[in-house]
Amino acid sequence: MSKFSDLGNDLYTGARSFDFVGRRKVWYAVAAVMLLLAIALPILRGGFNFGIEFRGGSEFRVAGVSSQSQQIAVDAVHSVVPESEPLVSTVGTDSIRVQTKQLTDLKSEDVRVALAAAYKVPSSAVASSFIGANWGADVTGKAVNGLVVFIILAAVLMALYFRTLKMSMAAVLALLHDLVITAGLYGALGFEVTPAAVIGFLTILGYSLYDTVVVFDKIRENTFEVEFSEKTTFKQQVNLAINQTLVRSINTSIVAVLPVAAILFIGATLLGAGTLRDIALALFIGIIVGTYSTLFIAAPVYSQFREGEAKYRKAEQKVLANA
Amino acid sequence: MSESAVTKGARKRLTWLGVLIIGLVAIIGLGTATNAGASFAPKLALDLQGGTQIILAPVVQAGTKVTEEQLAQAVSIIRQRVDASGVSEAQINTQGNNNIVVSIPGTPDENTLKLIRSSAKLEFRPVLATSQGISATASGSGATASPTPSASPSASPALAGVDAATQSFYDSLDCSKPFRAAGQVDDPTLPIATCDTNGFSKFILGPVEVEGTDIADANAGTVTTSTGASTNTWAVNLKFTGAGSDKFAKTTGRLFPLAAPQNQFAITLDGYVITAPTLQAVITGGTAQITGSFDKNSSKALADQLKYGALPINFEVQSQENISATLGSEQLTSGLLAGAIGLLLVIIYSFFQYRGLALVTVGSLVVAAVITYLMIALLSWRQGYHLSLSGVAGLIVAIGITADSFIVYFERVRDELRDGRSLGASVESGWKRAIRTILVSDGVSLLAAVVLYALTVGNVRGFAFTLGLTTLIDLAVVILFTHPMLELLAKTKFFSSGHPWSGFDAKALGATSYVGRGAFRVSAAVPAGKAAKASKEANKRQTLAERKAADNAADAGKSN
Repeated sequence: MSKFSDLGNDLYTGARSFDFVGRRKVWYAVAAVMLLLAIALPILRGGFNFGIEFRGGSEFRVAGVSSQSQQIAVDAVHSVVPESEPLVSTVGTDSIRVQTKQLTDLKSEDVRVALAAAYKVPSSAVASSFIGANWGADVTGKAVNGLVVFIILAAVLMALYFRTLKMSMAAVLALLHDLVITAGLYGALGFEVTPAAVIGFLTILGYSLYDTVVVFDKIRENTFEVEFSEKTTFKQQVNLAINQTLVRSINTSIVAVLPVAAILFIGATLLGAGTLRDIALALFIGIIVGTYSTLFIAAPVYSQFREGEAKYRKAEQKVLANA
Repeated sequence: MSESAVTKGARKRLTWLGVLIIGLVAIIGLGTATNAGASFAPKLALDLQGGTQIILAPVVQAGTKVTEEQLAQAVSIIRQRVDASGVSEAQINTQGNNNIVVSIPGTPDENTLKLIRSSAKLEFRPVLATSQGISATASGSGATASPTPSASPSASPALAGVDAATQSFYDSLDCSKPFRAAGQVDDPTLPIATCDTNGFSKFILGPVEVEGTDIADANAGTVTTSTGASTNTWAVNLKFTGAGSDKFAKTTGRLFPLAAPQNQFAITLDGYVITAPTLQAVITGGTAQITGSFDKNSSKALADQLKYGALPINFEVQSQENISATLGSEQLTSGLLAGAIGLLLVIIYSFFQYRGLALVTVGSLVVAAVITYLMIALLSWRQGYHLSLSGVAGLIVAIGITADSFIVYFERVRDELRDGRSLGASVESGWKRAIRTILVSDGVSLLAAVVLYALTVGNVRGFAFTLGLTTLIDLAVVILFTHPMLELLAKTKFFSSGHPWSGFDAKALGATSYVGRGAFRVSAAVPAGKAAKASKEANKRQTLAERKAADNAADAGKSN
């Protein structure tokens, strides 16, 4: 622990420094590869694995089962609709969730009875429901609207606060990077896309920018009037700012990710498939990617946007001449 | 020894915080004590208490849209129906600008479901007979043979077209008891026996003569006299469509000459009589006015029912989800457990990173948790907010985001210490810098929450709501608790001496080894003009508050 605060001190004074800005070509290359994979892999895999809320279908929940064997459910469903391929998952400690394609009322009643018999529970313990394919699309359509409006408003807010459009552009670029990579990971690994996952995904929006804003605030402070400096350049000041806020970035990310990890762990182990796991998974990936992108993309990109400005170039030449 | 201004300010802010918390407790406590429906336990959504959620989507012709008013009216009609079916605690809300969400605790039976799905049916039927809603037969005091009350002199088999079954059903009808099956659909070509919505009267009604869809418009207004002066009498004005006008003219033409009560027609909504006006003329113009003992509200309510009950919005079930009560409580326990683990992890990590300061973190989180809990209890009372599983997830995620503000603040103070300042000074100047960062980053979070809340539907909304709420609470806590606590603690010996366990150990922070915070000296060689420009830029970059303060100072200088 004392090592970590030593590191903090060294980073603050500049005694130790990671070259975030200088080696940006490496980071950009990494980002390019990641983005390419995030787009290519889901396509190769055959698109996203959408949950029942997007596909539409019938769902059965069997409560109070003594055996959570999934084969029982598959057999029970096949006894009614042989051609169906049911998706079976455990929910909580004594429930089974069975999802099939959309069944008629009659067939679904048959499946309900079959499931109850197979799991040896009263038929009242089996709840059947169906979900129209529109629902998930409705939720997502609205979510995409929200996403676009948010990005525009957030860009305006940041441009006003930082008094430069370039910071806001760099932050939004990093945000898009986070969203594409998180979505790509979902597609590549075939995680189920449910409305809860969409919620988690949307929360990344707020978090990713939160992290970026903290670092950018320090950058703005450090680069203030840097064009009059004879000792240090714009690039160096940006890099110093990232290093000075590095401990903060790591701490805030760890603290933000810990409760999410707790939800993910509890959700996945105790509850199985469901809201908690889906929200937490998207958020878990998003927070980690968001922290990474603030350090390795947002800040270097911002530096690149500005260091070419005449006043900073002139100042840099002077600094180099002095050295 | 007089207290310093800093201590006083800190005390004041802590007092405000106390006032806020006590105020919330008092409001909810008062609401509970006076049976106003408040409770210290927040209401839970279906996924935490078990139940059925049905999402209804309107079926409309391509190109047409459902208006907000129609949707609101549909919600109130469905609410009336669900309430009438005896299901308590049902929640009926609109979702987005299109759908209706019905949440019912427990598992509803097929009839309740049918009831919810069927669209409101408004019909005009002629009144054949009417009497008081609670018949003598209902008292069961051996008065079964007593004739139907006097108001229906024609309550004899002589009623044309009324079969014996309907007649006997009418005779024994007791409006104070449920008598219609949920979702019952009547044959429009046959007479029916039914009650009015408040159970005062019962009726035998003839076949449907005019349908709800024949009404073009309905509104409430005061009656105007023939000279055009308005009176204080409220009435409902009806306007029929072309086809409706003809049908209504025919009906009124036939009914008007008849004796009471057959010169009345009844308007039924889902089989219940909402009004049964007596005709005062044959109405041929396609407009009609219903007068009676209306006030402004009741006339508007009737007009709305006529107007919207008339609209053929059919709903189809878009999704139906059942959650057993066991699963609900299991989800709640798991959510709470996840929250406890998350909180514990955050606290442990803060202790490693910030030592004594972690106490401030823990204290702040506890204060934030208390306020959040009270706010949710208050909102579930006042706004009907129900905490859902995604809401719980939002609250847990907020632990981390709230703690982040403290970290931003603490690290700023450490930065100041590293520059060689005293703890007291570091806390003050660190705060000034940190609060700006916290404000803008919380602003971004709040913006995300507001946009998501405004533009999305369903679960996303519940989540966005908790996220927005906790962001505001985070801000309140950091200003009213974390900062004043740090100010007060900075005065204690333990912290100000930089005890190794205080988290502000100057030595560990490498204080004074570096001066300048990545700052640099502006060269003396900078031309005067440029330097002036620079300081102008510096002025520009003042915050609003700073600028205001500077302006005020300048004004004060002038006025002196």
